[in-house]
Amino acid sequence: MTSYLLKGVSVLGGSPTDLLIKDGVIASGAGKADETIDATGLVALPGLVDLHTHLREPGREDAETVETGSRAAALGGYTAVFAMANTSPVADTAGVVEQVWRLGREAGLVDVQPIGAVTVGLAGKQMAELGAMATSAANVRIFSDDGHCVADPRLMRRALEYVKAFDGIIAQHAEEPRLTEGAQMHEGEVSTRLGLTGWPAVAEEAIIARDVLLAEHVGSRLHVCHVSTAGSVEVLRQAKARGVRVTAEVTPHHLLLTDELAASYDPVYKVNPPLRTAKDVEALRQALIEGVIDIVATDHAPHAVEDKECEWAYARPGMVGLETALPVVLSVLGEQWELIAERMSRAPARIAGLTGHGTDLSPGSPANLTLVDPAARRVVDPAELASRSRNTPYAGTTLPGRIVATFLRGEPTVLDGKAVK
Amino acid sequence: MAPPRADTETVPGKVILSGSDLHRVVDRIAHQILEKTSGATGTVLLGIPTRGVPLAHRLAARIHAFEGIDIPVGALDITLYRDDLRLHATRALGRTEIPGDGLDGRRVILVDDVLFSGRTVRAALDALSDVGRPSSVQLAVLVDRGHRELPIRADYVGKNIPTALSEKVRVSLAETDDGVDEVKLYGDAA
Amino acid sequence: MIKHLKSAADLDAATATLILDTAGEMAALAGREVKKLPTLRGRTVVNLFYEDSTRTRISFEAAAKRLSADVINFSAKGSSVSKGESLKDTALTLQAMGADAVVIRHPASGAPHRLASWVDGSVINAGDGTHEHPTQALLDAYTMRSRLGKIEGLKVAIVGDVLHSRVARSNVLLLTTLGAHVTVVGPPTLIPLDVAAALAPGIKVTYDLDSVLADSDVVMMLRVQTERMQDSYFPSAREYSRRYGLDAPRMRKLPEHAIVMHPGPMNRGMEIAPEVADSSRSTIVEQVANGVSARMAVLYLLLGGKA
Repeated sequence: MTSYLLKGVSVLGGSPTDLLIKDGVIASGAGKADETIDATGLVALPGLVDLHTHLREPGREDAETVETGSRAAALGGYTAVFAMANTSPVADTAGVVEQVWRLGREAGLVDVQPIGAVTVGLAGKQMAELGAMATSAANVRIFSDDGHCVADPRLMRRALEYVKAFDGIIAQHAEEPRLTEGAQMHEGEVSTRLGLTGWPAVAEEAIIARDVLLAEHVGSRLHVCHVSTAGSVEVLRQAKARGVRVTAEVTPHHLLLTDELAASYDPVYKVNPPLRTAKDVEALRQALIEGVIDIVATDHAPHAVEDKECEWAYARPGMVGLETALPVVLSVLGEQWELIAERMSRAPARIAGLTGHGTDLSPGSPANLTLVDPAARRVVDPAELASRSRNTPYAGTTLPGRIVATFLRGEPTVLDGKAVK
Repeated sequence: MAPPRADTETVPGKVILSGSDLHRVVDRIAHQILEKTSGATGTVLLGIPTRGVPLAHRLAARIHAFEGIDIPVGALDITLYRDDLRLHATRALGRTEIPGDGLDGRRVILVDDVLFSGRTVRAALDALSDVGRPSSVQLAVLVDRGHRELPIRADYVGKNIPTALSEKVRVSLAETDDGVDEVKLYGDAA
Repeated sequence: MIKHLKSAADLDAATATLILDTAGEMAALAGREVKKLPTLRGRTVVNLFYEDSTRTRISFEAAAKRLSADVINFSAKGSSVSKGESLKDTALTLQAMGADAVVIRHPASGAPHRLASWVDGSVINAGDGTHEHPTQALLDAYTMRSRLGKIEGLKVAIVGDVLHSRVARSNVLLLTTLGAHVTVVGPPTLIPLDVAAALAPGIKVTYDLDSVLADSDVVMMLRVQTERMQDSYFPSAREYSRRYGLDAPRMRKLPEHAIVMHPGPMNRGMEIAPEVADSSRSTIVEQVANGVSARMAVLYLLLGGKA
């Protein structure tokens, strides 16, 4: 196994030092290595962990595969991604989650951890075999019907309770479906002007409020996917203050973009939950800094061209995000490396119970890390994305930071800003 | 309201007809019309917007002053009949007003300020045929500057002005141009 | 001159007034024996209709033909559109055919905006989803101006399902641009929460139709679809009609000069009583005639000059 010496690297923004990667772990002290990388001016972060990725395989390999999505993740600085269950077939059995897990191992670019569906076929009617998925080779711990809300309160309560047996966690897509029938974008001034059916903030907030009460009642853990409103932040803040075991994520796009972008009717800006107002963006940023929101998760949602180059109402919601997540967060938070490591690596690994990721870059730790050039600026060009899909909302935008290298257990997956395979 | 004019105001032009010249020329055309139409019976004056319309009204007023007869005056906008629409930004439409008794069987005299390529008159003849069927059509212009591109000639000409193609003729009328009556010739911008 | 007409918000007061003035000239020409003008000879106008709307399509077709444009009707029925061809592919086809203008009616809000990004020609919105219908607003404004002599300062009540109405959106935008005072009236469920902030900060909102009648110059009734009942926007057609329908007693509260408008098609007995629809205050038939003139004006101003 090739050893690497990262010369002059700044760990989490600290003073320049040398970091030796040997036999898959961070070695103690400096020393000789097979390869030396001049890391002057580069910042080392623990490998990023994404709790919310859509890899589309099986079923929509024209939009993304486990392999292309893994490559996009590695290029974004990720060493582990959690693959959402809304594939076709749905990841609601041990067989499907094991297939995704195996495809991830074969690609070998990031650790692909499947998320299991909460209900059979994501239909919200009958609980899927959560235990079988938990004890499968994929070792599933996170369950989510993402794309759909587990709207039935009794079913949600049972699911929260049931996964306690194997320390699982339910990741809720908080959207009251009756309040969002036909919804196309955030309900507000812009939706009224554009004549697009509104997705009211209360549809998210009501479910989060209900679910934190349910989680409190049954003493379970709850994770809230892609929080998007200022009101949700308040509900979470109160729940956390009461000691409810709830964690929450925010996407990079909800930290940066607003509903005004819908005025172009270009569905590249259509996403679920929708882009909200500047006031929401401000509240989400503050919540992320304070820790009311625990993590950044991409909700990387690749879509084929024909699902986006069409009328807004007929387009599928979602944006690709793996390759731009860290630059967007950098642009929002600035070079707060300690905070970024916490929100994008350590906390997501902790929530998922994922060992070997999100660890400090100290001797003996698994060498899962990424090197960032914070001084670099990049104009996002959809054609250059490694993802099979092009639906980035940042085309033409200049973002700070460039991922120079990523290591997965001591093996480079990205070098010189290029995927090694 | 006359459309705004480009560039020429700052460049000094040569006065071809002063205000009093212009009035004399209008008087002469009015006399010629009376002479040539045996007292202007059955005649309608149709001005082509913008400056043909006030000219037509002036002619009618002079004819009334000379002979005490009232001839109907109207306006015929030719914008929608132009053959050069695609060469310019979209033009606002002028007014078309056909006198109450219509044009059928009457002698129509089209009135315009400047006769140049003849394309405006061509468009006016097309427009006219969609409005009615006059017994005959004549043309009166204040200035004929030559350079015809179509086989068209005027029946009444106030003044013939030999010009170079690069020159511009500007007619100002009190009704449309801030109270100024005159005709000026502008050289090319060089 | 603007290139597309996607929204009434594309029009500033000067441009809107120019269109209304031009429509006036066009209307004057419509009285002549020969109605056809050579103006758009050699230009191709495509009517791309994804929704059935015979009246709007015929109005645009008549307008284009009177200006001598070549008209191609491309309707969802019996074309590749119904076989699932994407709007983009259709756009590329129209582009290849050299369409100078595409008039589009589409059930999805914003479809004209998408189309405009794929074709070189002008795009005219003939109604998109629950968004806008700018030529309807123009013909409505033209109708008001011909009946009442002006638009500035007029008090206009727009009554009914504002939430789902493209006619209401375009009218609110255009009429406020032209200086009218607009009040939107309807049940709270059918008035968007932030309608004033979204469309025009000066407009008023009321849920009480009777309170505005005595002080209105124009009452514009919107079509209300009875399907909205199923979605709990209001309890029944009867209750809607009692609270928000314009019947004869309500019409009598209007000032002497006030007019009643409706974009059609009407639900007689629902939002408008038959005796109101057929009264001398009603401009409903004029609106149809004015539609052709307004659309001629739009076609001329978009296509009548250098591209």
